[in-house]
Amino acid sequence: MIAYLLRRLLYAIPILVGVNLLTFALFFMVNTPDDMARMQLGVKRVTPEAIEDWKRERGYDRPLFVNASAEGVDRVTDTVFFDKSVRLFVFDFGFSDDGRDIGREIRERMGPSLAIALPVFVLGLLAYVCAALLLVFFRQTALDLAGVVLCVVLMSVSAMFYIIGGQYLVSKAWRLAPISGFAEGGAMVPFLLLPVVIGVVAGLGSSTRWYRTIFLDEMGREYVRTARAKGLSELRVLFGHVLRNAMIPILTGVVVVIPSLFLGSLLFESFFGIPGLGSYTIDAINAQDFAVVRAMVFLGSVLYIVGLVLTDLSYAWVDPRVKFA
Amino acid sequence: MNGQASFMPVVLWTDALVFLLVAALAVFAWTCWRSAHLRQGWGWVAASGAGMGSAVVLALFVAVGLLDSLHFRPALDKPGEGGKVAYSVDVLSVLDLLVAPLREQRERTYSAPLAAVAFQKETIERPDGAQARAFPRLRHGGAHLADPEAGRVADIARRTAAGLLAGVLGAVLCCALVLAVIARHRRVAWRAALVQVWRGEPAGPDWRAFLLTASVLLVLAAPVVVLSAHYHVLGTSKIGQSVLYLSLKSIRTSLVIGTLTTLVLLPFAVLLGIAAGYFKGWVDDLIQYVYTTLESIPSVLLIAAGVLLIQVYMETRPGLFETSAQRADFRLLMLCLILGLANWTGLCRLLRGEALKLRELEYVQAAHAFGVSHWRIIVRHLAPNMLHIVLISAVMGFSGLVLAEAVLSYVGVGVDPSMISFGTMINDARLEMAREPMVWWSLASAFGFMLALVLAANLFADAVRDAFDPRTTVRRIGFRVGPVRTAPAPGTAP
Repeated sequence: MIAYLLRRLLYAIPILVGVNLLTFALFFMVNTPDDMARMQLGVKRVTPEAIEDWKRERGYDRPLFVNASAEGVDRVTDTVFFDKSVRLFVFDFGFSDDGRDIGREIRERMGPSLAIALPVFVLGLLAYVCAALLLVFFRQTALDLAGVVLCVVLMSVSAMFYIIGGQYLVSKAWRLAPISGFAEGGAMVPFLLLPVVIGVVAGLGSSTRWYRTIFLDEMGREYVRTARAKGLSELRVLFGHVLRNAMIPILTGVVVVIPSLFLGSLLFESFFGIPGLGSYTIDAINAQDFAVVRAMVFLGSVLYIVGLVLTDLSYAWVDPRVKFA
Repeated sequence: MNGQASFMPVVLWTDALVFLLVAALAVFAWTCWRSAHLRQGWGWVAASGAGMGSAVVLALFVAVGLLDSLHFRPALDKPGEGGKVAYSVDVLSVLDLLVAPLREQRERTYSAPLAAVAFQKETIERPDGAQARAFPRLRHGGAHLADPEAGRVADIARRTAAGLLAGVLGAVLCCALVLAVIARHRRVAWRAALVQVWRGEPAGPDWRAFLLTASVLLVLAAPVVVLSAHYHVLGTSKIGQSVLYLSLKSIRTSLVIGTLTTLVLLPFAVLLGIAAGYFKGWVDDLIQYVYTTLESIPSVLLIAAGVLLIQVYMETRPGLFETSAQRADFRLLMLCLILGLANWTGLCRLLRGEALKLRELEYVQAAHAFGVSHWRIIVRHLAPNMLHIVLISAVMGFSGLVLAEAVLSYVGVGVDPSMISFGTMINDARLEMAREPMVWWSLASAFGFMLALVLAANLFADAVRDAFDPRTTVRRIGFRVGPVRTAPAPGTAP
């Protein structure tokens, strides 16, 4: 078990190196720091001195890989690649292009992001699995058909429509919840109500349909027929056998996103004014702050890889047959 | 005109790719026609009501998109230097010509659907010189009315009724025409053909769904056409453009993103997926490493990074493009490219798994033993047996891409802000949410059109999956031979 875990973690290293090299190539080699400076300072009226100043302030004025003018270890460490990319491995994100500490921002903003992403995830999972089990219980009836049609319609609606429609109905017309904003501590609850409900509803169509397919696949198996032959009630079959066995495909899709919940949702945080990592990313994109986008890309892939390892571990938890050789 | 053309054809990058795609689809259709089992699959799609109905709706969208992909620059009235014809910098499409009134009848700013007066009060000078705050009349919407307050509702009702009548007549005519063709083809009286089509006999394409969908579309569209001669049916936008026109133009953007992205990702996914599964060993390790690395980057961030880079590239190189349409088009193309690069991994993973399975099958082993080259084995034995996976994932992916465009444009990494798309429509309208009373028509139109497109695409994708996925087709063949409409259960029939 430990050995397996170690092997998985070791396998993660080349992937992270790959991500790192890819982002470096994207951000520094497709466009040079000069291009970035010119973009930030305005393309039309910009002097070479201003570009140099901008680069020096942010540490982009050094060579990319090898600093020929430095001595010893500094030849490699005093470069853009080392300073901007290699340091990411120890989660040293450096400073954003407007001079703020990215690491601190990330630590501060993870909380609000989680406050919305976690309830959406947990409540959503419960709602979708229950809805799917309901449809499967009434399979091949009018209820099932109506449910599937509803799912297809729901999944054809843009998430932005749910947000805008929800904000209009609940907050503006009925005045049940604040339209957007955030507060610390227990005061955040009223602000979270609307985004969480909308978040769950927005995923209802596609997720319910997906779980329904998984359960229906399991329903066709031999062990279900055996269970029925033993005289088990349909409910016992559904919860005791089908749900247990459907855990593997469910976990494959679900566990991997858990660590990424930290990143929050770009769409929801921006519409509801929640100061999380999602809105941080949007602001960075709009301000074309490449340092922040780079940090988020790296953080995102680290969390994804953690999710992959967790997925493997969860298999062992639900399925005693899975052994890690 | 000095014998010169009154327009200059412009082939934008995406236009060229769109027509390449059409050509590829034509070749694919021909292949399907020749291969018995592919033809059977499409037969099943046509036999399903949802498949046929959604195909009609999609065909309408595609027709609009294709008309909007034939671009040209009209000649200016006054000749340029040296008597040569000068061409406008506006790049128009054939669709623009067809709906010219919609494009040209612009108001100053917002106006509600079917309104005759502007949305906001303005200070107007009366004929007697006095000034007053009032809703000014629109330039085009309801301009034929002498008194908008008294006559508008009656006028709209009259025109809607006329439009509905025309739509119903058109629908009846269309049904009669199709039925006549079917009757002739089946050599029966047309009354018998009507009964057959209604009952879905004999098994075959679901003409009832076809005729119903076409009729509904005609009945809906005719009043809009009639009304839009004198009103802005869906209102106008902030700069006074007809929202109906904006919605029609957005269709092309959505279709281009939904289809060209697939065109971009197919070569990567197919070649790498098959290579990984077929050759195994270090090739497999390398390809798996590449796609795991790409997959581990959250796709929104990868797309954002890509688009930001393109943005910097374009901003720092002004003068790269002759017209703003070409500029926007380049960005659209790049967006498709980036979306394609961010999305090929899923299909690649599926194809790798399938190739791993297929390469161990006896007929492939036999081909090996006969000394058939790798390339021929892949082309003749592996690829045709994976076609259904590619097909299903291409149609399933389409609707997701259409929805993604709106979100990406909202985040600021979508299409060029000057390009008309559902995303930019929603983005512009969102800023007016706080206005009282609300400007709802832009949002409603964008979401409505998107829902129609995505819903049709989802239903069509389901029909295609049911027809081509071996897991469902085996069940189908097991129970009954050929596509047969399920008989209504006893007691449910009306």
